[in-house]
Amino acid sequence: MPRSYREWVIERLLIAAAMVSVVIIAFIIITIFRTGLPLIAEVGLFDFLFGMHWRPGHEIFGIFPMMIGTLLVTLLSMLISVPLGVLAAMFLAEVAPDVIRNILRPVIELLAGIPSVVYGFVGVIVLVPFIRTYFGPPGFSLLAGSIVLAIMALPIIITISEDAIHAVPKSYKEASFALGATHWQTIKNVILPAARSGILAGVVLGSGRAIGETMAAIMVLGNIPAIPDSVLDPIRTLTANVALEMGYAPHGPHRQALFATGIVLFVAISILVVISNRLRRGQQL
Amino acid sequence: MSYTGERLKIVVRNLNVYYGKTQALKDVSLDVQANKVTAVIGPSGCGKSTFIRTLNRMNDIIPGTRVEGKITLEGQDIYGNNVSAVEVRRRVGMVFQKSNPFPKSIFENVAYGLRINGLITRESGSLRERIEKALADAALWDEVKDRLNTSAFELSIGQQQRLCIARALAIEPEVILFDEPCSALDPIATAKIEDLLRDLKSKYTIVIVTHSMQQAARVSDLTGFFLLGEMVEYGLTSEIFSRPKDKRTEDYITGRFG
Repeated sequence: MPRSYREWVIERLLIAAAMVSVVIIAFIIITIFRTGLPLIAEVGLFDFLFGMHWRPGHEIFGIFPMMIGTLLVTLLSMLISVPLGVLAAMFLAEVAPDVIRNILRPVIELLAGIPSVVYGFVGVIVLVPFIRTYFGPPGFSLLAGSIVLAIMALPIIITISEDAIHAVPKSYKEASFALGATHWQTIKNVILPAARSGILAGVVLGSGRAIGETMAAIMVLGNIPAIPDSVLDPIRTLTANVALEMGYAPHGPHRQALFATGIVLFVAISILVVISNRLRRGQQL
Repeated sequence: MSYTGERLKIVVRNLNVYYGKTQALKDVSLDVQANKVTAVIGPSGCGKSTFIRTLNRMNDIIPGTRVEGKITLEGQDIYGNNVSAVEVRRRVGMVFQKSNPFPKSIFENVAYGLRINGLITRESGSLRERIEKALADAALWDEVKDRLNTSAFELSIGQQQRLCIARALAIEPEVILFDEPCSALDPIATAKIEDLLRDLKSKYTIVIVTHSMQQAARVSDLTGFFLLGEMVEYGLTSEIFSRPKDKRTEDYITGRFG
């Protein structure tokens, strides 16, 4: 077979492989929107997004409590994981000797690969009873979910932040040291500001993980579609809504409403991914 | 060797530096005189950069570096147990081969050293005055006075290098080390920095590493010639370049190798 012909075949194969994933994603998007949009049109976008009640039996579809639930659990989990993650990244990139870094970094990457049901299981067995005993029932709560999702977002925040800190030119560090700065002053005043956009990209991706996580959320959050009064109240997230009810909604407006919930999630995640990509590109400039 | 009547700023005795198992400097002894420009010349890999980086303990941040011997600054052992590298670097500033301003404004670049060292006090004059003075001393003030808040990266490479000099001057060190400061600059920008070096020596002690013998001849009072980690010869620049004592120095300055 002539070389040029082989090149041509390989090139087409690669294009085909790339096209497959594009086509699949396009198909998913079309399905979600085609099924969900008619219901949003019927209920009205405002009533769907800001309706306080979700009663599929009465064909009342308001997802506001679940949007608030998703928002709260995401914010709270970020409140826990961002400081912890950025500090850990600083330790790995700047303080840890190579020996420790070479052990810790793969371990942290491994954390990202553990199935979410395992995190949820540990949450149910350990965290939920702990909260029930020491803070009050039911245990299944916004707090439990925030802690579990924070742990799940940590590997993303740590690895992306560490890459960003590592990418700061060594010459900045030398310049700062040469002016009589201590290591901590150099980290705080030069390295962190220079790595800021990369760290923010990690935070945004981490919050994307928290928003999108379904299984662990269902297992520990309690799944009541109501706005919580405290962190000890149960909540339901948008993802949990779809996963919990899909089996009971084979057709009709209920099923459509779950796809419509998917549209809201899709838009939210898309916005986060765009923000994250922009932040990461900004860093290289 | 010493020159009577001159004040010694830095005294280096029997300095050996190792990176892991490789020896980068062998038994170097050298006196740096106050308010003079001392040039260190030699071919690539001769240890000249390693040498000046020992004078402000910048080699400390490279893992696996070992320094033996004694270096004193005004009589104080800078590798002594009770001396911190941070304090040494406060007194011995450094300008690097590649200009390395921070990704901050021109103003904040110069202010950085003052801020971290807590040098902004009522008696010392306002921050702005000190920054103007540092930029003026680095012959940059007139070019940047109208755009102090723009990014340092908008300056030309030559201006960036003078900004790095202003940044080093702002905290008023006693000694300033220049590690091939002109190697990335065009002849005009180089000439400006060389003029600056001659002006600065009235207030500061200067050590400059350069790969350019012409530059060493133009700016320095004393020159040390390094080869393969050893200091071959050290003396008045005029003598080194006109009557070198060592054959290897002569071969190098007449361009037979290097």
